[in-house]
Amino acid sequence: MVLAIEKLSVSLRNNDQKIVDAIDLNIEPGQIVGLVGGSGSGKTTTGLSILRLLPDSMHISSGRIIFNGKDLLTYSPGQMRSIRGSQISMIFQDPLNAFNPVFTIGYQIDEVLKFHVDIAASKRTRRTLELLGMVGISDPPRVYRSYPHQLSGGMRQRAMIAQAIAAEPKMVIADEPTSNLDVTIQAKIINIFEDLRSQLGLSFLLITHDLGLVEYLADHIYIMRQGKIVESGQPKSILHAPQHTYTLELINAIKG
Amino acid sequence: MNKKRSQHMSLTKLALMKFKANRMAMVCVFILGLFYLSAIAADFLTPYSYDNEDRNYSYCPPTAIHIFDHNGRLSWPFVYGRDITFNDMHRRVYITDMTKRYPIKFLAPGDTYKILGIIPSSIRLFTVDAPGRLYLWGADSRGRDLFSRIIYGGRISLSIGVIGVMISFSIGLLVGGIAGYYGGKVDDILMRVCEMFMMVPGFYLLLALRAIVPPEFNSVQVFISIVVILAFIGWAGLARVIRGMCLSLREREFVLAAKTMGLSDLSIIVRHILPHTLSYSLIAIMLSIPSYIIFESALSLFGLGIQDPYASWGNLLSEAMGIVQIGFSPWILLPGVFIFMTVMCFNVIGDALRDCLDPKLQLEKNKA
Amino acid sequence: MTVNIMLKYIFKRLIVVIPLLLAMSLLTFVFMQKTTGSFYDSLRMDPLISQETIDRYVQLYQLDRPLLYQYGHWVVNLFRLELGYSFYYNIPVVNVIKGRLWNTFILSLASLIVTWGLAIPLGVWAALHRNRWIDRCIQMFSYIALSTPSFFLAILLLYAASRTGWLPLGGMHSVHYEQLSFMGKTVDLLQHLAIPAVCLSFASIGSLQRIMRGNMLEVLGQQYVLTARAKGLPENRVVYGHVLRNAINPLITLLGYSFSSLLSGAALLEIICGWPGLGSLMLTAVRSKDIYLVMASFMMGGVLFLIGNLLADILLARADPRIRYE
Repeated sequence: MVLAIEKLSVSLRNNDQKIVDAIDLNIEPGQIVGLVGGSGSGKTTTGLSILRLLPDSMHISSGRIIFNGKDLLTYSPGQMRSIRGSQISMIFQDPLNAFNPVFTIGYQIDEVLKFHVDIAASKRTRRTLELLGMVGISDPPRVYRSYPHQLSGGMRQRAMIAQAIAAEPKMVIADEPTSNLDVTIQAKIINIFEDLRSQLGLSFLLITHDLGLVEYLADHIYIMRQGKIVESGQPKSILHAPQHTYTLELINAIKG
Repeated sequence: MNKKRSQHMSLTKLALMKFKANRMAMVCVFILGLFYLSAIAADFLTPYSYDNEDRNYSYCPPTAIHIFDHNGRLSWPFVYGRDITFNDMHRRVYITDMTKRYPIKFLAPGDTYKILGIIPSSIRLFTVDAPGRLYLWGADSRGRDLFSRIIYGGRISLSIGVIGVMISFSIGLLVGGIAGYYGGKVDDILMRVCEMFMMVPGFYLLLALRAIVPPEFNSVQVFISIVVILAFIGWAGLARVIRGMCLSLREREFVLAAKTMGLSDLSIIVRHILPHTLSYSLIAIMLSIPSYIIFESALSLFGLGIQDPYASWGNLLSEAMGIVQIGFSPWILLPGVFIFMTVMCFNVIGDALRDCLDPKLQLEKNKA
Repeated sequence: MTVNIMLKYIFKRLIVVIPLLLAMSLLTFVFMQKTTGSFYDSLRMDPLISQETIDRYVQLYQLDRPLLYQYGHWVVNLFRLELGYSFYYNIPVVNVIKGRLWNTFILSLASLIVTWGLAIPLGVWAALHRNRWIDRCIQMFSYIALSTPSFFLAILLLYAASRTGWLPLGGMHSVHYEQLSFMGKTVDLLQHLAIPAVCLSFASIGSLQRIMRGNMLEVLGQQYVLTARAKGLPENRVVYGHVLRNAINPLITLLGYSFSSLLSGAALLEIICGWPGLGSLMLTAVRSKDIYLVMASFMMGGVLFLIGNLLADILLARADPRIRYE
């Protein structure tokens, strides 16, 4: 087991309104787990809680997040920082805004290596170029030197993935990784996920509202609504025989 | 306040309520109101006219008002007389003479003046009979009452800011409105002109233009010239802001509607577009007035602005330029304090307005 | 940034500024002559000046020709870098201006350093401790600072200096300046620079700090800051490497626009503190109707401003790649 979330609750600080309500979620090694729900379901909040990157307005009120046998919620800020980016990393929906506009892509990926990987400074650039190649970028040196606004959406997302795997994490949290992309590019990104899973044995927590995406990629899905997990199981069985009315709504929304 | 009520109130009212809730801003409005009112009623409120001098009392310290006489009994407010001697270093020393008592007279005749410039009068709120002198805040080098001069000075310092801004604003409004509405080449040319004016360092321009004013001008004409010069420097910034707003506004539906009704361009600009720029304009005005006041004060400080015997806070402050005197007569710094307070009040009010009108602007943007 | 782009940019700027400066100088020239009488007339009426001197002046400056011709003559000389002769100082204008230009530059530079050196850290500090008491203190200070007229502050500080003797009372060099060692000279200069530079910066510190704080808060809410944290970067690096870097960019644009008010404010303080710069020169020139000096100082002011603006634009292009590669 890579990650086990036990009865996690997240609420707003000033009125105790629950954003995430006592959810349980497991991720095995090499598994792609889908967390599906509409907007406001709490799925992004769940993802952020794992890395403890919640905004100040929210706080984790109860539960445990077990990673590597230890409860992440007991970690100090320094310990969390050593986990982030190196053992568990995260990629975001909008790669244009998720990259710092004033630094080159190469610089930003180098940063991860600099702080998490024991590699000589002189070898860092080469490693970054390797990583860019791994995510299917055909001209790594050009992308290395480029600024985020100079690249296409697909390139940026690949670079974001490269940044996420740079320190060879055990798990990657992907928050709506394909929502901002064209359909053709989406397919390519999906392939990258699959390759990474098979080549590096990475686990993924795929947070999305796109049922089609999880149907294709995920080994296991959790359906989330208003902070609670309403269904959990294999994609095929859930989608063909949904137990919960909400799941039915979701499916119909896509098909219809 | 429940939601229903707020939905029914117009945006202006909402903004006003929010402004009133800002205590600091309301205090500043009160202070400014006080300043402006006292400037208008200066003739009545002050014991002396601004040019009433008595060189025997040069730099006389403030005369304290007593309500207990030397026996400790309550009495009508009065001041003691002052005697003048010189100490070993040939400096003037003022000694209170307890034998001479001058009661303060309220609503009594004093220096003459003309209400609204026409009706002669001489009633002053409070004063003392000669040869007693009432110096609430001390005297300047010529024995003129600083309190009176500061209040009279407010007339010039406070009005120059407002008048200057009004002129700048009118020019800016017209230029910005035209540029923003027509866009294209007209906009380009007008904005180039604006940039040119914004580019020259203000003080240099001020000096150069001041040099052009003929020396034969009398004080009133000098005053007008200074106002004109200040407006000349300031209009460009306002024009740019207005133009930005007009550019975005002209795409809105109500402009199209007005056009289809056959209104002339000028009419559309003046009657439809410009009123929408009001909120931003108000903020820009509030925040510009301080720089006009400071520019005028600086000019007067160097003797290039309002001249003696007329008072402006700037030229009152010039007494303090000979630094040494400050040690002996610290009250000559008071005009500077007034300038500071005025500037601060305008800044606070401008900021508060910006905070209040911003959500209104957001809503307006969303309507489009 | 390629040289080509830079040259194109400079050219665009010059097209705007040069006509302005020429127009302004023409206006000044004509008005000064018209209202004060031509210098030629005052020369002729001065019994102390010999006829040969008058003739020489007339020849040098074409004083007997129509005004516009004189102006044209001046402009032509401008391009030959001959700025005319100062009647007040009795030496060529160029010599008068050279030193003053440098002094104004030093004062402006010192003020910039003080302003940015204080405003940026204060703004960052205030943003990082938002709404806590240190933030409120800094905000209050800023409000007061930006409302204080620089000349008032100067008077107060000069008075304090006169009482304590810690700092000199104006001017640029002490009497014994020449006999000081290099170190001594530097210290002396800094002592004289202190009051004018601080007064010049005070108000700007207030306004810049507030802007910096606002920018920091805005950037802190951006997505890429979340990414930086998600990468497990140390907090210092996130704040100073990522956030600060982005928060400062808009301020560099402001830098360009603030040059004109910097020079303007410097002129004011030069006069009060007796700092021998371009501004105080302009005042003297205006008072003594020394026409060529006025024109030249005015033009110099414009040129200084132009250079400053260009530098700021270049800085901005280097700092923000989005602008560079447009």
